[in-house]
Amino acid sequence: MLRKIRIAIAAVMFIGVTLLFLDLSGSLHAWLGWMAKIQFLPAVMALNLVIVALLAILTLVFGRVYCSVICPLGIFQDIVSWFSGRRKGKKSRFHFRKEHKWLRYGLLGLFIIALIAGIQPFVALLAPYSAYGRIVQSIFAPLVQWGNNLLALLAERAGSYAFYTREVWLKSAGVLVVAAATLVAVVWLAWKSGRTWCNSICPVGTTLSFLSRFSLFRPVIDSEKCRDCHMCEKKCKASCIDISGGHNIDYSRCVDCFDCIDNCKFGALKYRFAFAKKSSDKAESSSDSGRRAFLTSAALITFGSAARSQEKKLDGGFAEIIGKKKPERKAPLTPFGSKSIKDFYKRCTACQLCVSACPNNVLRPSQDLKHFMQPEMSYERGYCRPECTVCSEVCPTGAILPLTPEEKTVFHIGTAVVDRSLCIVEAKDTSCGNCSRHCPTGAIIMVPMDPDDKNSLKRPVVNEERCIGCGACENLCPSRPYSAIHVDGLQVHVAN
Amino acid sequence: MDRREFLKVSGSGALALGASACAPGGAKGGADAAGNGAAAGSGEMEYRINPKNGDKVSLLGYGCMRWPMIRGRDGERDKIDQETVNELVDYAYKHGVNYYDTSPAYLQGQSEIAAGVALSRYPRDSYYIATKLSNFGDTSPEGSKQMYYDSFRYLQTDYYDYYLLHSIGNGGVPAFNRRYVDNGMIDFLLKEREAGRIRNLGFSFHGTKDAFDAFLKMQDQYHWDFVQIEMNYQDWRHARVPRNVNAEYLYEELDKRELPIVIMEPLLGGRLARLSDSVVERLKAREPDLSVASWAFRFVGSYPRVLCVLSGMTSMDPLMDNVKTFSGFNPLNEEEIDFILKTADIIAEYPTVNCNDCKYCMPCPWGIDIPGVFLHYNEMVNSGDIATSKEQADYKKLKRRYLVSYDRAIESLRQADHCVGCKTCEPHCPQSIEIPKELQRIDHYIEALRRDTL
Repeated sequence: MLRKIRIAIAAVMFIGVTLLFLDLSGSLHAWLGWMAKIQFLPAVMALNLVIVALLAILTLVFGRVYCSVICPLGIFQDIVSWFSGRRKGKKSRFHFRKEHKWLRYGLLGLFIIALIAGIQPFVALLAPYSAYGRIVQSIFAPLVQWGNNLLALLAERAGSYAFYTREVWLKSAGVLVVAAATLVAVVWLAWKSGRTWCNSICPVGTTLSFLSRFSLFRPVIDSEKCRDCHMCEKKCKASCIDISGGHNIDYSRCVDCFDCIDNCKFGALKYRFAFAKKSSDKAESSSDSGRRAFLTSAALITFGSAARSQEKKLDGGFAEIIGKKKPERKAPLTPFGSKSIKDFYKRCTACQLCVSACPNNVLRPSQDLKHFMQPEMSYERGYCRPECTVCSEVCPTGAILPLTPEEKTVFHIGTAVVDRSLCIVEAKDTSCGNCSRHCPTGAIIMVPMDPDDKNSLKRPVVNEERCIGCGACENLCPSRPYSAIHVDGLQVHVAN
Repeated sequence: MDRREFLKVSGSGALALGASACAPGGAKGGADAAGNGAAAGSGEMEYRINPKNGDKVSLLGYGCMRWPMIRGRDGERDKIDQETVNELVDYAYKHGVNYYDTSPAYLQGQSEIAAGVALSRYPRDSYYIATKLSNFGDTSPEGSKQMYYDSFRYLQTDYYDYYLLHSIGNGGVPAFNRRYVDNGMIDFLLKEREAGRIRNLGFSFHGTKDAFDAFLKMQDQYHWDFVQIEMNYQDWRHARVPRNVNAEYLYEELDKRELPIVIMEPLLGGRLARLSDSVVERLKAREPDLSVASWAFRFVGSYPRVLCVLSGMTSMDPLMDNVKTFSGFNPLNEEEIDFILKTADIIAEYPTVNCNDCKYCMPCPWGIDIPGVFLHYNEMVNSGDIATSKEQADYKKLKRRYLVSYDRAIESLRQADHCVGCKTCEPHCPQSIEIPKELQRIDHYIEALRRDTL
């Protein structure tokens, strides 16, 4: 029964969180956004003490149920492990292993140091929710979008407006490689030996393990009833039940999946209040030989070549349009709602939720080593449209704080700069003004090239005070591949 | 003869036309072609006689500007779908269409070759070829003559039945002088006419009233054999004056001078076939079995000085419908003319853009799909899918419809928001549309939709 409840809740959470990343309608966040916000690390980053406290209490009372029903990466591993167990002769493939103390505590130590020192790429690499996010965003989301585009094609034929085509593009080759490596490592470990990732690598799992040792409720073996059949041990994907060594369970690793309870034919296992009269000896096992292979695979970070701009093939009746290239910005652009570049990159866990959600093709994971995998903005494919506040709504860590479209028009995240050598008004003697026409705040003014001749061609100038940095000008500038006007980020975002 | 007289005698007049089937160069298959005033489609193709030389011309002419194209792969140019063109020409020819109008400029320069391939399968004296001197770019004598001679080769012929100075009027007399007088081309063409290689010399016109008057004055000098004008019930009184002229004026001036008239854009590039629902209802209420397009063709065909009505039929369906309209042709009566001109007044109130999809404006140097943006907008106006306020009940539905269908119709980099307003396109537009202004008007509407500020 307990197992079934666990599976039901896990299914809801897993599907919900996954949908958050795959949602194309942009309407699910209102309903499911909380699922991202109750994830442990994002809650810590958001300084959401209520959530952190609740999760701590949950673990103290019930053990590491968080790992079984809330963490999407944990549930994902259970799914993989379940498929692995369906194979012939692999139904009871686990056995007790000693914990890899040096590894889990070592990695947790490194993780905390990285967190404090602001080495976010390392944090994002290990953080379970971020790992799952990047897998879904870079590997599964494109598949869903292609599926959507197929439906859009059919809808178009049927004259329906239910689906429309979306641009599928490689947002970051480096992140794709890391996501693929993460996926391979996680699947491989889960396939071979269940919850090894959670119990040897995952810093959140290790953190919760400090509490789960003392949890009030836990599975307990009744030595009198136990016939030493080892079935519970063989079914334990956390490899934390030691029958031969004195009927012990390592509660620092138990994720309360209740598989053992369901599989005990003799009723020797019960999930019950730990400090009742029937005592169970707690035992810590010392370290044994370990497996290291996963470390190598997890650390396998390769940096792919930069995403090449994909140029559209043209038919003869149209002038060719070459793709835009990313300009060099004095400072990176971080979304409206982030307080400053520093604050943004400090809080962001690189879960990719905003990247998945951005409908304007503005956000993408950074290739820059310092902020690797964390999002950055650029305007080659679209600009940060004034009416859109999606990323601020979905961010679970507080790196992007919620704001309204009205607030957005007074926020200042960057400043447009004109490159006169590229501007077609000056370089090609053509009248233009497209930047000015599309500026939502009226920050770009067209002034006569010759101040004495009102009829001379007009070139754009930027009123820095009014510019908010949305990039409409940069995106719609006719100069290609480099726009004649681009936005430099501001270190600290201010409200005008 | 004015229209009233013509209508009165249309029954007997048709017989007279049929009797003159033995005129030189007359097409086969029309020996007893006679509109008998009965329901459309029941009789043979309607023919008109060119009073200048007795040419027996089918009232429906084939405009070779809108033939189907196959999309080029990997950056190659689009190619004409010759197989389909052959099928279309076969059907038209067999149903009595004997006037084919092309130009070296059409379809990225491929129209003449395709017309040559399709038509050369029939005896040369069984159809009339019209082509043009389309020297818009290179006006040098060498370049212009090259264009003239190339057309012979492409069309696989050694004479032109009808030869036109292409689209004069925009730019007025100075442009005319540059293209035809200063380079000696007009004298060259007059000599070619004398030599019999041009059987009829004329011009096609888009432009201002002054320019038109000036060209008619040249009649004493050049003796135009015919003139091609844009005429339809919409342009009759709702042309974009002053940059264009009402067709009523053009027709009456030519009628006075007894010049045969070839009609282009009788359907405004299909716009008069794709009308708003309420206008369609109005037309269908009167003639439930006739197509919306047939009204436009019957309107122009009802004027006796009209020799031929060109229609650029892209596929078999409009071709069949048009053949039906012009076979056993049934002109509009007095009352019907009033009705359709009142309909034009209603249509003029719609905020549609006057684009006929002729693609003269293309390619836009900045890559914008100008006709695509306009056609999409017109379609939405006509189907009533334009939102007027975000407060209206179905605003969300209309917004989604517009934005989704817009992205489907035009890829994002070719949409209106990329127009820089350079006006390279404007002088090329025969409809004198202020293209950047209209693009920006549409873009403005789209922005309002996206931001919900309507």
